[in-house]
Order: sequence, then C-alpha cells, then structure tokens
Amino acid sequence: MPDISAPAAQHQAPTSFIRKHVFSLDHKVIGKQYYALALLAALSGMVLSWLMRIHLGWTNARIPGLQWLSKNGAPGDVMTPEFYLQLMTMHGTIMVFFVLTTAPFAAFGNYFLPIQVGAEDMPFPRFNMMSFWVTFMAFLVLMLSFFLGDGPTLGGWTQYAPLNAVGAVAGPGQGLGVVLWATSIGLFCIGQLLGSLNFISTTLDLRVKGMSLMRLPLSAWAWFITSCMGLTAFAVLMPACILVILDHLAGTSFFVASGLVLNDQLVPHSGGSTLLWQHLFWFFGHPEVYIAIVPGIGIVSHVLMANMRKPMLSQRVIIYCMGALAVLSYMVYGHHMFVSGMNPISALAFSFPTLVITIPATITVLIWVFSLYGSRLRINSASLFALGFISMFVSGGVSGFFLAQPSIDIMLHATYFVVGHFHMVMGVAAMFGIFAGTYFWFPKMTGRMMNETLGKVHFWLSFVGTYCIFMPFHYLGMAGNVRRYSSFPEDYLQPLIPVHRLITIAALLTGAAQLIFVYNLVHSRFRGQSAPDNPWEATSLEWSTATPPPFDNFGGKHPVVYHDPYQYGVESSVGDYVMQASPEQVKSGQEEK
Amino acid sequence: MGKIFAVTIIVIAIASAIPVVMHTWEAPADVSTHGHLIDEQMSETMLEAGVSFLAAQIILAIFIWQFSNRGAEAKIKTFPGGAMGLVIAALVLVGAEVLALGVFGVKAWADVYLTAPSANAMPVQVQAGQFAFYFRYPGPDGKFGALHPELINEATQNLFGLDPEHDPDSRDDIVTAEMAVPVNKEIHLLMHAKDVGHSFFVRELRVQQDFVPGLDVSLHFTATKVGRYEIVCTQLCGLGHYNMKAYLDVLSEQDFNDWLKKEAAMQ
Repeated sequence: MPDISAPAAQHQAPTSFIRKHVFSLDHKVIGKQYYALALLAALSGMVLSWLMRIHLGWTNARIPGLQWLSKNGAPGDVMTPEFYLQLMTMHGTIMVFFVLTTAPFAAFGNYFLPIQVGAEDMPFPRFNMMSFWVTFMAFLVLMLSFFLGDGPTLGGWTQYAPLNAVGAVAGPGQGLGVVLWATSIGLFCIGQLLGSLNFISTTLDLRVKGMSLMRLPLSAWAWFITSCMGLTAFAVLMPACILVILDHLAGTSFFVASGLVLNDQLVPHSGGSTLLWQHLFWFFGHPEVYIAIVPGIGIVSHVLMANMRKPMLSQRVIIYCMGALAVLSYMVYGHHMFVSGMNPISALAFSFPTLVITIPATITVLIWVFSLYGSRLRINSASLFALGFISMFVSGGVSGFFLAQPSIDIMLHATYFVVGHFHMVMGVAAMFGIFAGTYFWFPKMTGRMMNETLGKVHFWLSFVGTYCIFMPFHYLGMAGNVRRYSSFPEDYLQPLIPVHRLITIAALLTGAAQLIFVYNLVHSRFRGQSAPDNPWEATSLEWSTATPPPFDNFGGKHPVVYHDPYQYGVESSVGDYVMQASPEQVKSGQEEK
Repeated sequence: MGKIFAVTIIVIAIASAIPVVMHTWEAPADVSTHGHLIDEQMSETMLEAGVSFLAAQIILAIFIWQFSNRGAEAKIKTFPGGAMGLVIAALVLVGAEVLALGVFGVKAWADVYLTAPSANAMPVQVQAGQFAFYFRYPGPDGKFGALHPELINEATQNLFGLDPEHDPDSRDDIVTAEMAVPVNKEIHLLMHAKDVGHSFFVRELRVQQDFVPGLDVSLHFTATKVGRYEIVCTQLCGLGHYNMKAYLDVLSEQDFNDWLKKEAAMQ
C-alpha cells in the first residue's frame, strides 16, 4: 500500500444536509454538482438538436407538444423559422458553455485536481461554491428566456453585432432574449473566473511533498493549462456581455454603427463598431475551443496509460503541446473572421498560426498512437471512448487544414463544413473525453462500478452514429450548403435534403443511445457492483485513497509522492505498476528526466 | 473486441473518403477568373489532409488490432525512435505541409482581396437588408448619388435612401432586385448593409464577403460564363435569413445593355 503517513490538519466534515449536499464547500461535492448540471444541460441541448434535425429533414413536420415550449414559435406544433433559430442558439450556447466547458473542466477538475495534487481541498472553497452556484444561476437565466417575452435570442451562440444590440426591432428574442443571454453568459464568466483562480492556486500552492510540477498527472496539467486560458478568455467575454447589456438598457452604442435602418426607421444609435464584437467574442471564442478540448487531451492520456499498462512515449512533450495549443489559441482567432470585412492582410497573419497549431496537435496524436505500440491495451468502456476520442480528434482536426486558409474559407465559411469540423473536434471528441473520464472515475466518485456491457453498447452506437452524423456535414459544406438556414427553399439546396434526412435519422438514434448512458449512470449509482479502491490498477493519487474518498481526501494524512505519475509496465510487489505514493523502488521502466 | 474496433475504424475511414474521391458532393464549376486558384488550393489541401486522415486512422487501427487484450504476460515494448523521432517527423512533415499551403494559399487570397480592381472595372452597388439584396447601377452619368439612410422608405420604393430632388447624381441611378453583369467584364462590387450583418456568397464565382454595418466593403471579380447563378446570404441576419437570396445573371454585353435599358425605363 502507498505510504500516507504525514499527519494533516484536522478538517471537519459538515453534518447538515444543506452544507453537505447543497451549499457545500467540498470540492468533490461541487465537482459532482457541476457534473449533474452538465448532464442536465447536455440532455436539454440534445433534445433541442433533435427538434432542429427533425425540422431540417421535414420542414412542416408536426412535433407533438412543441407549442408547449413556445406558442408563437410552434403554432400547431409546427416550427417557425424564427423558432428554429432560437432553438439553434440555445443548443449552441448550452452545449459550448454548460456542457463542454462545465463537464471536462469544472466537474472532473473540481473533483480530481485537489486529489491528484494531494490536497485536502481547494484554497478558496467559498469561491469554489460560489462558482458553481453562479454557473447554475447562469443556466437558469438562460433557460428562463424560453418563457419570457418573445423567447430566446435567435442570433446564434456567437451573437454577432449589431443583430445582438439593436433590440426587439431586429426580430423575436432580440430584445429581452439577448439581455437574458448576455446576463447568463456574463454570470457564467464570473463562475469560470472564480473556478480558474482556484484551479491555478491549487496546482501551484497545494501540491504535496514530492509532487513536482513534472510529476503532476497529465489530467492535472490539462486542467491547470485550461484554467490559465479560462482566466484570460472569460475575462474578455464578460465585459463584452456587459457592453451588450448597456447597448440594450442604457442607450449606449458600443456595437451599433450609425445610419442603420430597420423597419424604415433610423436606429437610435451612433458611432459603434460592428467588428469590435467579433474581435472581443473570438478573442474569447477560440481559446474556448481549447478550453473544451484540452481537458479531454489530459483525461484521455490519463485513461489510456492506465489501460495501455505503459507510459506515453513522453508525458513532457504532451504537456508542452497542450501549452503550445493554449498560447497559439489566442493568436489564431481571426480565422473566424477571414471574410468578415477586417483588413485582408490580417487574414494572412491569422492564417499562419492557425496552420502552425496543427503541429502540436499532430505531435500529440502521434505520441498517443505510437505509444499504443507494444502496449497491453485493455479494452473497456473507458479505453474505447479514449481511443474513439483520438479517431474523432484526427477527423475533426484535418478539416481544420481547410478552414485555416483564407482562400479556401471563401468557399467553406458559414457552410456545414464548419459545423462538421467543430462538432467533431470540440463537440464529439470532447464528449468522448467526458465519457472516458466518466467510465474511468465513476467508481472513485461513487464507490460503485458502471455496467461494462451497457458502456460498450453505448460506445459502439455513439462511435458509429456520430460519424454518420458529422462526416456528411463536411460533404454538405463542400456542396455549398449554408448553415443556420431553418429550411431549404427552392434552390440549389433542395437536392441536399435527402442527406439531411439521413443525418436526422442518425442523430435521433445516436441521441437515443445516450439514454443508455444515463440509465447506466443512474442505475450503477445505486445498484452498481461495489468498487474496490483501485479497480484499474492505476497509479495516480486518486487511487491511493479510499473509494469514495473521505471528506478531507486522504483521511487526515498527507500523501508523499515518490514517482512520476505513470509507472506502468514495471515489476513491483503489487503487479505491473507502482503507485505515485508508494516508496517502493521502480525495478524497470523509466522515470522521465 | 479490439480487433472489431480496429476494423470499424478502417471501414469508417475508407467510407468517409469514398464520396470525396468520387466527387459525389462538390461545388459547381467555377465561372470566375480567380476561382481556379481556390480550386487548386482546395484539391491540394484535400490531398494532404486526406492522406493524413487515412494514415492516422489506419495506424491507430493497426496498433489497436495488434496490441489489444494481449494479456498480462505480453512484453511491453517501446516504439523505436521514441518521442523525439515523432516530434521531428511531425515538425518536418507537417511543417512542410503548413509552409506549402500557407505560401501557395497567399496567391489565391491575394487575387481576390489584395489587388485593387482595375480602373475600367464596372461599379455595381449592392445593399443588404433584412431579408433582400438590392443593386444599384450608376446610370449614364457614371456617378452614384449619395445615400441618405433617413430617406429609406420601402413603401415609396426608395430602397437606398436616394434624394433625386436635391442630388442630380442620383436621378439616373438604376435600382434593381436582381443583379446582372456582362460576361468577361471586371465588376467592382460596392457593398453596404442597411441594418444588420449579411453576406454575399455566389458559389460559382468563388466569392463570399460579409456586409459590415457601418463600413463600406468592396469586392471585385470577373464572371467568365453566361448563366444564372444564386446569390445567398451566409451571415445570420434574422428570422428570414434562410430565404434571403437574389439572382445574378451573367449576360453577353449586348444582352446586358438591353437589360440595363429595360431596368432604367422601369425606374
């Protein structure tokens, strides 16, 4: 057993229900709360995508009960074009912010970062609690927009100006809907800023004896790098949201230029800049892509090594690559704006780093793939999703080559090619990272195992299903299919409708497969087989403590770290691994210098 | 199960490549003078991205096939060359790819965006508003009248906010709901938005450019083939976005002059 000998300060667990389960200061409870929120958000976002897909395949289809969601948006249960756009905006916003940011970063990071560094908790537990509840409020405010005024904003998750700033005259949801959207996202930013501060200080200040930075597991590195991005990216989006709210409520004109006419009336604003919003939004927006995916890179590396029974060819190179992705992510954001009207020379300046960012991404993939060589790869739900992540990351990544080039972007910008690209690389890949993390860490979080058979069925349906959905998106884009159209009028898009119908069927089936996961999650939580402390024979600190971990993580002790995090494929007294907190000498295998 | 997974990855990779190789879905033929550069860049990128995609998926599948469920006794091995070999390979291969695409891509972009229109390019103004495009030709005097947004009135069909009473330049301006241009004549497209953001996309012309409210944006192109092409909006502009489109007629010079005369008579 690992050596957990150094005594720690006594850390009392709360006893009241409210302090224990609701307004808890415990990072593990907060992590679970984030996970539950992400799950709720993911299911909501998925249902919205089903509704959108049905409408895209069969424009006049009646969707029973739809008018419950919006009387005006779905008279007679048939979706109107504006309601389609409102659902699309909500789908994108919910998924990007409340699922892809919340689950891999805030949920798993909260739960496991302190344990992986050997700490009892985060340094600012009250900020941590606040970060969750502010995020939860952000979600409520966003969902509230379904039921107030004329519904949610229809401007897309990117909320381009001046559509987001001229008010209700621009269309349904563009008044109160936008204010609620900006309020929600502003709150979300506050939650993430508080969370990022905690993550950074946990990593830098609370590591136990022997846990040098290079001995941190790759998942911990990923959360640390992501929190550095979060601190700088959300700090830009939050003021941008405040400025939008001021344009609505205080008569300012940050994003509205002079001389605009809506309904034959001059818009009462002057002097603002339309492109300013795009610069602010994408300065946040591109790092956000990596905020969603870098935790996945860390989680997948962590899960894979436990299942390969050998370390990666180099952990250090993966850390450097994640760092390079983070730094470059701020220098590439203009590739979203090649045809936006910004100076065309700056397109070239943004294009080059965008192409260069493929180098750290490629190195990471090569390290993963070639580390499989000579491994004893265990196939289980966690490792399947981790391997599926690599496949998706490659598929979504190569289409980035096209969109990095301004000349090609002329043809592909704002088409389904872009939709296919980002869904694969930051949507599905990140989701696969979340699933890999869930199947891997569920036993530690709950004390019970998930059902492996259901996990594998879930994987197969998800893997094949998502390819059936998102690969054809690329083909549609190559044919010029414009995104954000609620239906396809009599024009060149008509022949593409059969492809949309096939995608819709695949989306409904793949979505239904996610219900298997939800069932497995809930059923295993209460009826799953009891989990041992270290079911995967893994090495990092979370597996050195009890399952589930006690309130102060290590039962009143501080672990001492003796090794790199991934001592697999070695000879030891317990098998082919040596735990980080074990003083046992490593007989063979390599400690990375 | 590892072997089934490996086969599945390869089947998916090959199935994904088939529509690309077969050209099942692709852009319509180019009808512009600059479009071939974009098409060549696209083909080059497709080749490089396609090879990378297939190679990565196949190697992933092979290793999963070979090394999954080998049991606890199997010998652990390290890939010869280690991480440094892979880093160097990625730097050299992807670096060369990045440089090639980056350098060659500049020419295609420069042809559209970094060169000024020639002095004899024909100016056409396009205004985008929820949810229609309108076009304006300068008329016989060759001058566009000034715009006065406060005068825009759809009921009186003053779509651009012209003031013919006080502005002689605007009196012969020709405003149309469809766009026509002569074939093989360079067009200088002067773009402005009336209300919110929109975009101008013609697949066959290989042009796409956003309208930026508050900014005058321009674009130039030469259409090389007579025909009727769709102009669609690609920037989300509101509830009618999906239906915001117009047609571009590329006509012979004679047909264009006839069309312009007919439109002028209807003003």
